Amino acid sequence: MANKISDETIEEVGILAKLELTEQEKKDAKADMEKMLDYIDTLNELDTEGIEPMSHVFPLNNVFREDIVTNGDGSLDTLANAPLKKDNSFKVPKTIG
Amino acid sequence: MAKQYETIIGLEVHVELATKTKIFCSCSTRFGGAPNTHTCPVCTGMPGSLPVLNKQVVEYAAAIALAAHCEITRECKFDRKNYFYPDNPQNYQISQLYLPIARNGYVEIGAGDTKKKIRIHEMHMEEDAGKLIHDEWDDTSLVDYNRSGVPLVEIVSEPDMRSADEVIAYLTKLKTMIQYLGASDCKLQEGSMRADVNLSVREAGAKELGTRTEMKNLNSFKAIARAIEGERARQIELLEAGRKVVQETRRWDDNKEASYAMRSKEDAKDYRYFPEPDLVPVVISGEWIDRIRKNQPEMRDEKLERYKKEFDIPQYDAEIITESKHMADIFEKAAALCGKPKKVSNWLMVETLRLLKEHEMEPEEISFSPEHLAELVTLTEEGAINSTVAKKVFEKIFAEDIEPAAYVEEQGLLNVNDEGELLKVLQKVIAENPQAVVDYKGGKEKALGALIGQTMKAMKGKADPGMVSKKLREYLQ
Ligand SMILES: [Zn+2]
Repeated sequence: MANKISDETIEEVGILAKLELTEQEKKDAKADMEKMLDYIDTLNELDTEGIEPMSHVFPLNNVFREDIVTNGDGSLDTLANAPLKKDNSFKVPKTIG
Repeated sequence: MAKQYETIIGLEVHVELATKTKIFCSCSTRFGGAPNTHTCPVCTGMPGSLPVLNKQVVEYAAAIALAAHCEITRECKFDRKNYFYPDNPQNYQISQLYLPIARNGYVEIGAGDTKKKIRIHEMHMEEDAGKLIHDEWDDTSLVDYNRSGVPLVEIVSEPDMRSADEVIAYLTKLKTMIQYLGASDCKLQEGSMRADVNLSVREAGAKELGTRTEMKNLNSFKAIARAIEGERARQIELLEAGRKVVQETRRWDDNKEASYAMRSKEDAKDYRYFPEPDLVPVVISGEWIDRIRKNQPEMRDEKLERYKKEFDIPQYDAEIITESKHMADIFEKAAALCGKPKKVSNWLMVETLRLLKEHEMEPEEISFSPEHLAELVTLTEEGAINSTVAKKVFEKIFAEDIEPAAYVEEQGLLNVNDEGELLKVLQKVIAENPQAVVDYKGGKEKALGALIGQTMKAMKGKADPGMVSKKLREYLQ
Protein backbone atom coordinates (compact mmCIF):
# COMPACT_ATOMS: atom_id res chain seq x y z
CA MET A 1 0.00 0.00 0.00
CA ALA A 2 2.51 2.52 1.19
CA ASN A 3 2.80 5.52 -1.16
CA LYS A 4 6.20 6.89 -2.04
CA ILE A 5 6.76 10.56 -2.84
CA SER A 6 9.83 11.30 -4.91
CA ASP A 7 12.22 14.21 -4.39
CA GLU A 8 11.06 15.68 -7.71
CA THR A 9 7.44 15.67 -6.57
CA ILE A 10 8.28 17.54 -3.37
CA GLU A 11 10.29 20.02 -5.41
CA GLU A 12 7.41 20.49 -7.87
CA VAL A 13 4.77 20.87 -5.14
CA GLY A 14 7.02 23.45 -3.46
CA ILE A 15 7.27 25.46 -6.67
CA LEU A 16 3.49 25.29 -7.27
CA ALA A 17 2.81 26.42 -3.70
CA LYS A 18 5.53 29.08 -3.94
CA LEU A 19 7.23 27.68 -0.82
CA GLU A 20 10.93 27.51 -0.14
CA LEU A 21 11.59 24.48 2.08
CA THR A 22 14.71 23.45 3.97
CA GLU A 23 15.99 19.88 3.53
CA GLN A 24 14.47 18.91 6.91
CA GLU A 25 11.09 20.47 5.97
CA LYS A 26 11.13 18.61 2.66
CA LYS A 27 11.75 15.34 4.50
CA ASP A 28 8.92 16.02 6.95
CA ALA A 29 6.51 17.11 4.22
CA LYS A 30 7.29 13.97 2.27
CA ALA A 31 6.45 11.75 5.25
CA ASP A 32 3.23 13.70 5.92
CA MET A 33 2.08 13.51 2.33
CA GLU A 34 2.78 9.81 2.10
CA LYS A 35 0.61 9.26 5.16
CA MET A 36 -2.18 11.36 3.68
CA LEU A 37 -2.12 9.44 0.41
CA ASP A 38 -2.23 6.15 2.31
CA TYR A 39 -5.27 7.39 4.18
CA ILE A 40 -7.05 8.50 1.00
CA ASP A 41 -6.27 5.09 -0.52
CA THR A 42 -8.95 3.66 1.77
CA LEU A 43 -11.43 5.01 -0.80
CA ASN A 44 -10.00 2.67 -3.41
CA GLU A 45 -11.42 -0.23 -1.45
CA LEU A 46 -14.90 0.81 -2.60
CA ASP A 47 -16.25 -0.65 -5.79
CA THR A 48 -17.25 2.36 -7.94
CA GLU A 49 -17.87 0.40 -11.12
CA GLY A 50 -20.72 1.96 -13.10
CA ILE A 51 -21.25 4.87 -10.68
CA GLU A 52 -21.42 8.41 -12.20
CA PRO A 53 -18.78 10.72 -10.72
CA MET A 54 -20.40 13.61 -8.86
CA SER A 55 -19.26 16.90 -7.41
CA HIS A 56 -22.39 17.49 -5.36
CA VAL A 57 -24.36 15.62 -2.75
CA PHE A 58 -27.65 17.49 -3.27
CA PRO A 59 -29.76 17.04 -6.39
CA LEU A 60 -29.79 20.81 -6.91
CA ASN A 61 -29.10 23.01 -9.89
CA ASN A 62 -29.58 26.61 -11.09
CA VAL A 63 -29.08 28.46 -7.83
CA PHE A 64 -28.82 32.05 -9.04
CA ARG A 65 -28.57 35.63 -7.84
CA GLU A 66 -30.22 38.54 -9.62
CA ASP A 67 -27.79 41.13 -11.00
CA ILE A 68 -28.42 43.85 -8.39
CA VAL A 69 -25.71 45.68 -6.44
CA THR A 70 -26.40 45.31 -2.70
CA ASN A 71 -22.84 45.47 -1.35
CA GLY A 72 -21.46 48.88 -0.43
CA ASP A 73 -17.90 50.00 0.24
CA GLY A 74 -16.23 46.95 1.81
CA SER A 75 -12.70 48.31 1.86
CA LEU A 76 -12.45 48.78 5.61
CA ASP A 77 -13.24 45.15 6.39
CA THR A 78 -11.23 43.89 3.44
CA LEU A 79 -8.13 45.80 4.47
CA ALA A 80 -8.51 44.98 8.17
CA ASN A 81 -6.45 41.82 7.65
CA ALA A 82 -3.74 43.40 5.54
CA PRO A 83 -0.30 43.01 7.16
CA LEU A 84 0.88 46.01 5.13
CA LYS A 85 -1.19 48.58 3.32
CA LYS A 86 -0.79 51.76 1.31
CA ASP A 87 -3.23 53.93 -0.65
CA ASN A 88 -6.21 51.76 0.32
CA SER A 89 -4.38 48.75 -1.16
CA PHE A 90 -2.59 45.64 0.09
CA LYS A 91 1.15 46.18 -0.07
CA VAL A 92 3.05 43.08 -1.20
CA PRO A 93 6.56 42.30 -2.43
CA LYS A 94 7.21 43.50 -5.97
CA THR A 95 5.31 41.28 -8.38
CA ILE A 96 5.16 41.68 -12.13
CA GLY A 97 1.48 41.60 -13.06
CA MET B 1 16.20 29.23 -51.98
CA ALA B 2 15.03 30.43 -48.59
CA LYS B 3 12.52 28.20 -46.85
CA GLN B 4 8.92 29.34 -46.73
CA TYR B 5 7.17 29.32 -43.38
CA GLU B 6 3.53 29.27 -42.42
CA THR B 7 2.32 30.96 -39.22
CA ILE B 8 -0.32 29.12 -37.19
CA ILE B 9 -2.24 31.23 -34.71
CA GLY B 10 -4.93 30.45 -32.17
CA LEU B 11 -6.42 32.97 -29.76
CA GLU B 12 -7.65 32.97 -26.19
CA VAL B 13 -9.87 36.00 -25.81
CA HIS B 14 -11.10 37.20 -22.43
CA VAL B 15 -14.12 39.47 -22.34
CA GLU B 16 -15.39 41.22 -19.22
CA LEU B 17 -19.16 40.97 -19.16
CA ALA B 18 -21.30 44.09 -18.76
CA THR B 19 -23.11 42.93 -15.62
CA LYS B 20 -23.73 45.38 -12.79
CA THR B 21 -22.45 42.95 -10.16
CA LYS B 22 -19.62 40.44 -9.96
CA ILE B 23 -20.01 36.81 -10.96
CA PHE B 24 -20.37 35.33 -7.46
CA CYS B 25 -21.22 38.27 -5.14
CA SER B 26 -23.28 41.48 -5.14
CA CYS B 27 -20.31 43.85 -5.35
CA SER B 28 -20.30 46.46 -8.11
CA THR B 29 -18.25 45.86 -11.26
CA ARG B 30 -17.90 49.58 -12.03
CA PHE B 31 -14.50 50.48 -13.49
CA GLY B 32 -12.34 53.03 -11.72
CA GLY B 33 -13.57 53.03 -8.08
CA ALA B 34 -11.08 53.78 -5.27
CA PRO B 35 -8.99 50.63 -4.52
CA ASN B 36 -10.77 47.80 -2.71
CA THR B 37 -14.08 49.67 -2.31
CA HIS B 38 -15.92 47.05 -4.40
CA THR B 39 -14.99 44.07 -2.27
CA CYS B 40 -16.60 41.66 0.18
CA PRO B 41 -15.68 38.34 1.85
CA VAL B 42 -16.64 36.37 -1.31
CA CYS B 43 -14.49 38.22 -3.84
CA THR B 44 -11.54 38.40 -1.45
CA GLY B 45 -11.64 34.69 -0.72
CA MET B 46 -12.41 34.81 3.00
CA PRO B 47 -12.77 31.35 4.56
CA GLY B 48 -16.40 30.31 4.93
CA SER B 49 -17.80 32.68 2.32
CA LEU B 50 -19.98 31.14 -0.35
CA PRO B 51 -20.27 32.10 -4.02
CA VAL B 52 -23.72 32.42 -5.66
CA LEU B 53 -23.83 32.64 -9.46
CA ASN B 54 -25.13 35.81 -11.14
CA LYS B 55 -27.86 34.71 -13.57
CA GLN B 56 -27.07 37.52 -16.00
CA VAL B 57 -23.59 36.04 -16.53
CA VAL B 58 -25.16 32.87 -17.90
CA GLU B 59 -27.52 34.93 -20.09
CA TYR B 60 -24.68 36.96 -21.62
CA ALA B 61 -22.36 33.98 -22.04
CA ALA B 62 -25.11 31.96 -23.74
CA ALA B 63 -26.02 34.91 -25.99
CA ILE B 64 -22.40 35.22 -27.15
CA ALA B 65 -22.19 31.45 -27.63
CA LEU B 66 -25.33 31.41 -29.79
CA ALA B 67 -24.15 34.35 -31.88
CA ALA B 68 -20.89 32.44 -32.45
CA HIS B 69 -22.80 29.33 -33.61
CA CYS B 70 -21.69 27.26 -30.60
CA GLU B 71 -23.41 24.25 -29.09
CA ILE B 72 -24.63 25.08 -25.60
CA THR B 73 -23.71 22.55 -22.92
CA ARG B 74 -27.10 21.72 -21.40
CA GLU B 75 -25.58 20.91 -18.02
CA CYS B 76 -22.41 22.83 -17.32
CA LYS B 77 -20.30 23.01 -14.18
CA PHE B 78 -17.60 25.08 -12.55
CA ASP B 79 -14.10 23.93 -11.59
CA ARG B 80 -11.30 25.31 -9.48
CA LYS B 81 -8.05 26.28 -11.14
CA ASN B 82 -5.37 26.40 -8.45
CA TYR B 83 -2.47 28.83 -8.52
CA PHE B 84 -0.79 31.26 -6.15
CA TYR B 85 -0.42 34.88 -7.07
CA PRO B 86 -1.14 38.09 -5.14
CA ASP B 87 -3.94 39.10 -7.54
CA ASN B 88 -5.82 35.90 -6.71
CA PRO B 89 -7.00 36.10 -3.08
CA GLN B 90 -8.62 32.64 -2.96
CA ASN B 91 -5.52 30.89 -4.30
CA TYR B 92 -7.82 29.46 -6.92
CA GLN B 93 -9.86 30.86 -9.76
CA ILE B 94 -13.37 29.55 -10.32
CA SER B 95 -13.47 28.63 -14.00
CA GLN B 96 -14.83 25.85 -16.22
CA LEU B 97 -12.70 23.00 -17.53
CA TYR B 98 -14.63 19.76 -17.84
CA LEU B 99 -18.04 21.05 -18.89
CA PRO B 100 -17.72 24.61 -20.28
CA ILE B 101 -20.90 26.47 -21.24
CA ALA B 102 -20.32 26.13 -25.00
CA ARG B 103 -18.26 24.29 -27.62
CA ASN B 104 -17.77 23.91 -31.36
CA GLY B 105 -18.69 27.25 -32.86
CA TYR B 106 -17.28 29.58 -35.49
CA VAL B 107 -17.24 33.15 -36.69
CA GLU B 108 -16.73 34.20 -40.28
CA ILE B 109 -14.11 36.73 -41.31
CA GLY B 110 -13.39 38.41 -44.63
CA ALA B 111 -15.80 38.84 -47.51
CA GLY B 112 -16.37 37.32 -50.93
CA ASP B 113 -13.48 35.11 -52.03
CA THR B 114 -11.50 35.65 -48.85
CA LYS B 115 -14.36 34.56 -46.60
CA LYS B 116 -13.10 32.16 -43.96
CA LYS B 117 -14.44 30.39 -40.90
CA ILE B 118 -12.47 30.64 -37.67
CA ARG B 119 -13.61 27.77 -35.48
CA ILE B 120 -14.25 28.23 -31.80
CA HIS B 121 -13.07 25.33 -29.68
CA GLU B 122 -14.92 26.33 -26.52
CA MET B 123 -16.22 29.15 -24.38
CA HIS B 124 -16.23 29.21 -20.62
CA MET B 125 -17.33 31.45 -17.75
CA GLU B 126 -14.85 32.46 -15.09
CA GLU B 127 -13.90 35.19 -12.64
CA ASP B 128 -11.34 37.92 -13.19
CA ALA B 129 -8.38 38.49 -10.85
CA GLY B 130 -7.47 41.65 -8.93
CA LYS B 131 -5.08 44.28 -10.21
CA LEU B 132 -1.43 44.74 -9.28
CA ILE B 133 0.01 48.21 -9.48
CA HIS B 134 3.72 48.63 -9.23
CA ASP B 135 4.67 51.25 -6.68
CA GLU B 136 7.81 52.96 -7.98
CA TRP B 137 8.33 54.81 -4.72
CA ASP B 138 9.26 51.86 -2.52
CA ASP B 139 9.54 49.14 -5.15
CA THR B 140 6.58 47.09 -3.95
CA SER B 141 3.28 46.09 -5.55
CA LEU B 142 -0.11 47.36 -4.47
CA VAL B 143 -3.11 45.07 -4.79
CA ASP B 144 -6.62 46.27 -5.61
CA TYR B 145 -9.34 43.59 -5.55
CA ASN B 146 -12.07 45.66 -7.20
CA ARG B 147 -11.67 43.59 -10.37
CA SER B 148 -11.51 40.30 -8.46
CA GLY B 149 -14.68 38.38 -9.31
CA VAL B 150 -15.69 40.48 -12.31
CA PRO B 151 -17.29 38.02 -14.74
CA LEU B 152 -15.32 36.93 -17.79
CA VAL B 153 -16.06 34.81 -20.77
CA GLU B 154 -13.02 33.15 -22.32
CA ILE B 155 -13.35 32.32 -25.99
CA VAL B 156 -10.81 29.78 -27.21
CA SER B 157 -10.35 29.52 -30.97
CA GLU B 158 -8.92 26.64 -32.97
CA PRO B 159 -5.48 27.39 -34.53
CA ASP B 160 -7.17 28.59 -37.71
CA MET B 161 -5.52 31.96 -38.29
CA ARG B 162 -2.48 32.43 -40.53
CA SER B 163 -1.58 36.12 -40.28
CA ALA B 164 -1.86 39.22 -38.13
CA ASP B 165 -4.53 40.51 -40.53
CA GLU B 166 -6.70 37.46 -39.93
CA VAL B 167 -6.23 37.81 -36.17
CA ILE B 168 -7.33 41.46 -36.27
CA ALA B 169 -10.31 40.55 -38.47
CA TYR B 170 -11.34 37.80 -36.05
CA LEU B 171 -11.01 40.07 -33.02
CA THR B 172 -12.93 42.86 -34.73
CA LYS B 173 -15.68 40.42 -35.60
CA LEU B 174 -15.93 39.16 -32.02
CA LYS B 175 -15.80 42.68 -30.63
CA THR B 176 -18.56 43.97 -32.90
CA MET B 177 -20.73 40.92 -32.22
CA ILE B 178 -20.36 41.18 -28.45
CA GLN B 179 -20.92 44.94 -28.41
CA TYR B 180 -24.12 44.51 -30.41
CA LEU B 181 -25.31 41.92 -27.90
CA GLY B 182 -24.61 44.46 -25.16
CA ALA B 183 -22.65 41.74 -23.37
CA SER B 184 -19.45 43.80 -23.01
CA ASP B 185 -18.00 47.13 -24.10
CA CYS B 186 -14.87 45.28 -25.32
CA LYS B 187 -12.35 48.05 -24.69
CA LEU B 188 -8.85 46.69 -25.26
CA GLN B 189 -7.19 49.71 -23.67
CA GLU B 190 -9.18 49.36 -20.45
CA GLY B 191 -8.73 45.61 -20.48
CA SER B 192 -12.39 44.65 -20.87
CA MET B 193 -11.22 42.64 -23.90
CA ARG B 194 -7.85 40.85 -23.75
CA ALA B 195 -6.22 38.45 -26.15
CA ASP B 196 -3.50 35.87 -25.60
CA VAL B 197 -1.86 34.74 -28.82
CA ASN B 198 -0.74 31.13 -29.32
CA LEU B 199 1.66 31.03 -32.23
CA SER B 200 3.81 28.46 -33.98
CA VAL B 201 5.51 28.30 -37.36
CA ARG B 202 6.09 25.38 -39.69
CA GLU B 203 7.63 24.92 -43.08
CA ALA B 204 5.08 25.52 -45.81
CA GLY B 205 3.39 22.24 -46.65
CA ALA B 206 4.38 20.47 -43.41
CA LYS B 207 1.64 18.44 -41.74
CA GLU B 208 2.78 18.56 -38.12
CA LEU B 209 2.30 21.70 -36.04
CA GLY B 210 5.43 23.34 -34.67
CA THR B 211 6.00 24.05 -30.97
CA ARG B 212 3.89 27.00 -29.93
CA THR B 213 4.42 29.85 -27.52
CA GLU B 214 1.79 31.86 -25.73
CA MET B 215 2.05 35.64 -25.75
CA LYS B 216 0.44 37.79 -23.08
CA ASN B 217 0.04 41.48 -22.29
CA LEU B 218 -1.36 42.65 -25.62
CA ASN B 219 -3.60 45.65 -25.16
CA SER B 220 -4.21 47.12 -28.57
CA PHE B 221 -4.75 45.81 -32.09
CA LYS B 222 -1.45 47.43 -33.08
CA ALA B 223 0.41 45.70 -30.23
CA ILE B 224 -1.15 42.37 -31.29
CA ALA B 225 -0.04 42.85 -34.90
CA ARG B 226 3.49 43.84 -33.84
CA ALA B 227 3.74 40.94 -31.37
CA ILE B 228 2.69 38.45 -34.06
CA GLU B 229 5.28 39.77 -36.52
CA GLY B 230 7.95 39.76 -33.81
CA GLU B 231 7.22 36.25 -32.56
CA ARG B 232 7.02 34.80 -36.06
CA ALA B 233 10.44 36.27 -36.88
CA ARG B 234 11.92 35.05 -33.58
CA GLN B 235 10.73 31.47 -34.11
CA ILE B 236 11.89 31.35 -37.74
CA GLU B 237 15.29 32.66 -36.70
CA LEU B 238 15.59 29.88 -34.09
CA LEU B 239 14.65 27.19 -36.62
CA GLU B 240 16.99 28.57 -39.28
CA ALA B 241 19.82 28.44 -36.74
CA GLY B 242 19.03 24.77 -36.15
CA ARG B 243 17.63 25.45 -32.70
CA LYS B 244 14.30 24.57 -31.14
CA VAL B 245 11.32 26.67 -30.13
CA VAL B 246 10.61 26.16 -26.43
CA GLN B 247 6.99 25.92 -25.33
CA GLU B 248 6.64 28.83 -22.92
CA THR B 249 4.65 31.91 -22.00
CA ARG B 250 6.12 35.19 -23.17
CA ARG B 251 5.32 38.73 -22.19
CA TRP B 252 5.14 41.32 -24.93
CA ASP B 253 6.73 44.67 -24.17
CA ASP B 254 5.20 47.02 -26.70
CA ASN B 255 7.56 49.89 -25.88
CA LYS B 256 10.60 47.75 -26.59
CA GLU B 257 8.77 45.86 -29.36
CA ALA B 258 10.17 42.62 -27.97
CA SER B 259 8.93 39.72 -25.88
CA TYR B 260 10.65 37.86 -23.10
CA ALA B 261 9.98 34.48 -21.52
CA MET B 262 8.27 34.54 -18.15
CA ARG B 263 10.20 32.82 -15.37
CA SER B 264 9.32 29.15 -15.11
CA LYS B 265 7.98 29.70 -11.60
CA GLU B 266 5.42 32.16 -12.92
CA ASP B 267 4.68 29.80 -15.72
CA ALA B 268 3.81 26.70 -13.70
CA LYS B 269 1.14 25.07 -15.81
CA ASP B 270 -0.09 22.46 -13.34
CA TYR B 271 -3.35 23.98 -12.19
CA ARG B 272 -4.67 20.86 -10.42
CA TYR B 273 -8.26 21.51 -11.50
CA PHE B 274 -11.06 19.88 -9.55
CA PRO B 275 -14.86 20.34 -9.53
CA GLU B 276 -15.99 23.42 -7.57
CA PRO B 277 -17.86 22.06 -4.54
CA ASP B 278 -19.47 25.41 -3.60
CA LEU B 279 -21.48 25.80 -6.80
CA VAL B 280 -24.27 23.61 -8.17
CA PRO B 281 -24.52 22.70 -11.86
CA VAL B 282 -26.17 25.07 -14.35
CA VAL B 283 -28.88 23.45 -16.44
CA ILE B 284 -29.76 25.41 -19.58
CA SER B 285 -33.09 24.26 -20.98
CA GLY B 286 -34.30 24.47 -24.56
CA GLU B 287 -36.84 27.11 -23.52
CA TRP B 288 -34.13 29.21 -21.95
CA ILE B 289 -32.05 29.03 -25.14
CA ASP B 290 -35.10 29.99 -27.23
CA ARG B 291 -35.76 32.96 -24.99
CA ILE B 292 -32.16 34.18 -25.31
CA ARG B 293 -32.34 33.78 -29.08
CA LYS B 294 -35.61 35.71 -29.23
CA ASN B 295 -34.24 38.58 -27.14
CA GLN B 296 -31.22 38.97 -29.37
CA PRO B 297 -31.03 42.61 -30.52
CA GLU B 298 -30.55 43.75 -34.12
CA MET B 299 -27.11 42.47 -35.11
CA ARG B 300 -24.53 44.17 -37.29
CA ASP B 301 -25.43 42.59 -40.63
CA GLU B 302 -29.13 43.41 -40.24
CA LYS B 303 -28.32 46.97 -39.25
CA LEU B 304 -25.99 47.37 -42.23
CA GLU B 305 -28.70 46.29 -44.66
CA ARG B 306 -31.24 48.55 -42.98
CA TYR B 307 -28.96 51.60 -43.21
CA LYS B 308 -28.51 51.02 -46.92
CA LYS B 309 -32.24 50.71 -47.50
CA GLU B 310 -33.67 53.15 -44.99
CA PHE B 311 -31.10 55.94 -45.26
CA ASP B 312 -29.61 55.27 -48.68
CA ILE B 313 -26.09 55.07 -47.17
CA PRO B 314 -23.44 53.48 -49.44
CA GLN B 315 -22.13 49.98 -48.55
CA TYR B 316 -18.67 51.16 -47.49
CA ASP B 317 -20.00 53.93 -45.22
CA ALA B 318 -22.55 51.59 -43.68
CA GLU B 319 -19.77 49.06 -42.99
CA ILE B 320 -17.63 51.63 -41.19
CA ILE B 321 -20.49 53.08 -39.15
CA THR B 322 -21.93 49.72 -38.10
CA GLU B 323 -18.57 48.16 -37.25
CA SER B 324 -18.71 49.97 -33.92
CA LYS B 325 -22.00 49.68 -32.06
CA HIS B 326 -21.18 52.94 -30.33
CA MET B 327 -20.81 54.78 -33.63
CA ALA B 328 -23.99 53.22 -34.98
CA ASP B 329 -25.87 54.41 -31.88
CA ILE B 330 -24.58 57.95 -32.35
CA PHE B 331 -25.54 57.85 -36.02
CA GLU B 332 -29.10 56.68 -35.39
CA LYS B 333 -29.81 59.11 -32.57
CA ALA B 334 -28.35 62.11 -34.38
CA ALA B 335 -30.12 61.21 -37.64
CA ALA B 336 -33.45 60.90 -35.87
CA LEU B 337 -32.97 64.25 -34.11
CA CYS B 338 -32.03 66.34 -37.16
CA GLY B 339 -33.72 64.28 -39.86
CA LYS B 340 -30.62 64.42 -42.09
CA PRO B 341 -29.04 60.95 -42.02
CA LYS B 342 -26.76 61.62 -44.98
CA LYS B 343 -25.30 64.73 -43.36
CA VAL B 344 -24.76 62.89 -40.08
CA SER B 345 -23.07 60.00 -41.88
CA ASN B 346 -20.87 62.53 -43.63
CA TRP B 347 -19.65 64.03 -40.36
CA LEU B 348 -18.89 60.53 -39.06
CA MET B 349 -17.18 59.31 -42.22
CA VAL B 350 -15.01 62.37 -42.84
CA GLU B 351 -14.29 64.52 -39.80
CA THR B 352 -14.84 61.92 -37.09
CA LEU B 353 -12.65 59.31 -38.78
CA ARG B 354 -9.99 61.92 -39.44
CA LEU B 355 -9.91 63.02 -35.79
CA LEU B 356 -9.95 59.43 -34.51
CA LYS B 357 -6.95 58.65 -36.67
CA GLU B 358 -5.16 61.82 -35.67
CA HIS B 359 -5.59 61.03 -31.96
CA GLU B 360 -5.01 57.26 -32.39
CA MET B 361 -8.41 56.57 -30.88
CA GLU B 362 -10.88 53.73 -31.34
CA PRO B 363 -14.51 54.49 -32.32
CA GLU B 364 -15.59 53.31 -28.83
CA GLU B 365 -13.74 56.28 -27.38
CA ILE B 366 -15.94 58.84 -29.13
CA SER B 367 -17.30 60.93 -26.31
CA PHE B 368 -19.56 63.53 -27.97
CA SER B 369 -23.30 63.28 -27.72
CA PRO B 370 -25.54 62.65 -30.72
CA GLU B 371 -27.64 65.69 -29.66
CA HIS B 372 -24.74 68.04 -30.30
CA LEU B 373 -23.89 66.54 -33.67
CA ALA B 374 -27.57 66.84 -34.68
CA GLU B 375 -27.59 70.47 -33.57
CA LEU B 376 -24.52 71.18 -35.67
CA VAL B 377 -26.15 69.64 -38.73
CA THR B 378 -29.24 71.79 -38.18
CA LEU B 379 -27.18 74.98 -37.75
CA THR B 380 -25.34 74.28 -40.99
CA GLU B 381 -28.50 73.37 -42.90
CA GLU B 382 -30.25 76.52 -41.76
CA GLY B 383 -27.31 78.55 -43.02
CA ALA B 384 -26.62 79.89 -39.55
CA ILE B 385 -22.95 78.93 -39.92
CA ASN B 386 -20.87 78.14 -42.98
CA SER B 387 -18.94 74.93 -43.57
CA THR B 388 -15.55 76.30 -42.48
CA VAL B 389 -16.98 77.40 -39.16
CA ALA B 390 -18.87 74.10 -38.85
CA LYS B 391 -15.62 72.16 -39.14
CA LYS B 392 -14.05 74.19 -36.37
CA VAL B 393 -17.12 73.79 -34.18
CA PHE B 394 -17.11 70.05 -34.83
CA GLU B 395 -13.53 69.79 -33.59
CA LYS B 396 -14.72 71.40 -30.35
CA ILE B 397 -17.65 68.97 -30.16
CA PHE B 398 -15.31 66.03 -30.75
CA ALA B 399 -12.86 67.19 -28.08
CA GLU B 400 -15.14 68.66 -25.41
CA ASP B 401 -18.71 67.86 -26.44
CA ILE B 402 -19.64 71.56 -26.41
CA GLU B 403 -23.15 72.68 -27.22
CA PRO B 404 -22.79 74.13 -30.73
CA ALA B 405 -25.69 76.65 -30.75
CA ALA B 406 -24.52 78.33 -27.56
CA TYR B 407 -20.89 78.10 -28.63
CA VAL B 408 -21.27 79.84 -32.02
CA GLU B 409 -23.38 82.52 -30.39
CA GLU B 410 -20.78 83.13 -27.69
CA GLN B 411 -17.85 83.12 -30.10
CA GLY B 412 -19.67 85.31 -32.62
CA LEU B 413 -19.37 82.70 -35.36
CA LEU B 414 -22.87 83.04 -36.75
CA ASN B 415 -23.14 84.02 -40.38
CA VAL B 416 -23.93 87.63 -40.97
CA ASN B 417 -27.29 87.39 -42.66
CA ASP B 418 -27.87 91.10 -42.56
CA GLU B 419 -28.11 92.06 -46.24
CA GLY B 420 -27.34 95.73 -45.59
CA GLU B 421 -24.09 94.79 -43.88
CA LEU B 422 -23.18 92.37 -46.67
CA LEU B 423 -23.92 94.96 -49.34
CA LYS B 424 -21.70 97.50 -47.62
CA VAL B 425 -18.80 95.08 -47.59
CA LEU B 426 -19.43 94.12 -51.23
CA GLN B 427 -19.33 97.71 -52.36
CA LYS B 428 -16.06 98.22 -50.54
CA VAL B 429 -14.48 95.08 -52.02
CA ILE B 430 -15.62 96.03 -55.52
CA ALA B 431 -14.25 99.53 -55.13
CA GLU B 432 -10.90 98.19 -53.98
CA ASN B 433 -10.56 95.56 -56.73
CA PRO B 434 -11.38 97.30 -60.02
CA GLN B 435 -9.21 94.94 -62.09
CA ALA B 436 -11.04 91.85 -60.81
CA VAL B 437 -14.36 93.49 -61.65
CA VAL B 438 -13.19 94.26 -65.18
CA ASP B 439 -11.90 90.69 -65.60
CA TYR B 440 -15.17 89.20 -64.38
CA LYS B 441 -17.23 91.39 -66.65
CA GLY B 442 -14.90 90.42 -69.47
CA GLY B 443 -15.91 86.78 -68.94
CA LYS B 444 -13.22 85.55 -66.54
CA GLU B 445 -15.23 83.45 -64.10
CA LYS B 446 -12.13 82.98 -61.90
CA ALA B 447 -12.09 86.65 -61.00
CA LEU B 448 -15.34 86.14 -59.10
CA GLY B 449 -13.59 83.69 -56.81
CA ALA B 450 -11.05 86.33 -55.85
CA LEU B 451 -13.85 88.78 -55.01
CA ILE B 452 -15.67 86.14 -52.93
CA GLY B 453 -12.44 85.45 -51.08
CA GLN B 454 -11.91 89.15 -50.36
CA THR B 455 -15.47 89.49 -49.09
CA MET B 456 -15.21 86.43 -46.84
CA LYS B 457 -11.97 87.80 -45.45
CA ALA B 458 -13.49 91.21 -44.79
CA MET B 459 -16.37 89.50 -42.97
CA LYS B 460 -13.97 87.34 -40.93
CA GLY B 461 -15.38 84.16 -42.41
CA LYS B 462 -18.84 84.74 -40.99
CA ALA B 463 -20.71 84.80 -44.27
CA ASP B 464 -22.20 82.05 -46.33
CA PRO B 465 -19.98 81.83 -49.45
CA GLY B 466 -22.99 80.74 -51.56
CA MET B 467 -24.89 83.84 -50.55
CA VAL B 468 -21.85 86.09 -51.18
CA SER B 469 -21.44 84.63 -54.66
CA LYS B 470 -25.13 85.15 -55.45
CA LYS B 471 -25.12 88.75 -54.25
CA LEU B 472 -21.90 89.55 -56.12
CA ARG B 473 -23.31 88.23 -59.37
CA GLU B 474 -26.49 90.25 -58.90
CA TYR B 475 -24.53 93.37 -58.08
CA LEU B 476 -22.15 93.08 -61.01
CA GLN B 477 -24.82 92.38 -63.59
ZN1 LIG C 1 -17.65 40.87 -3.49
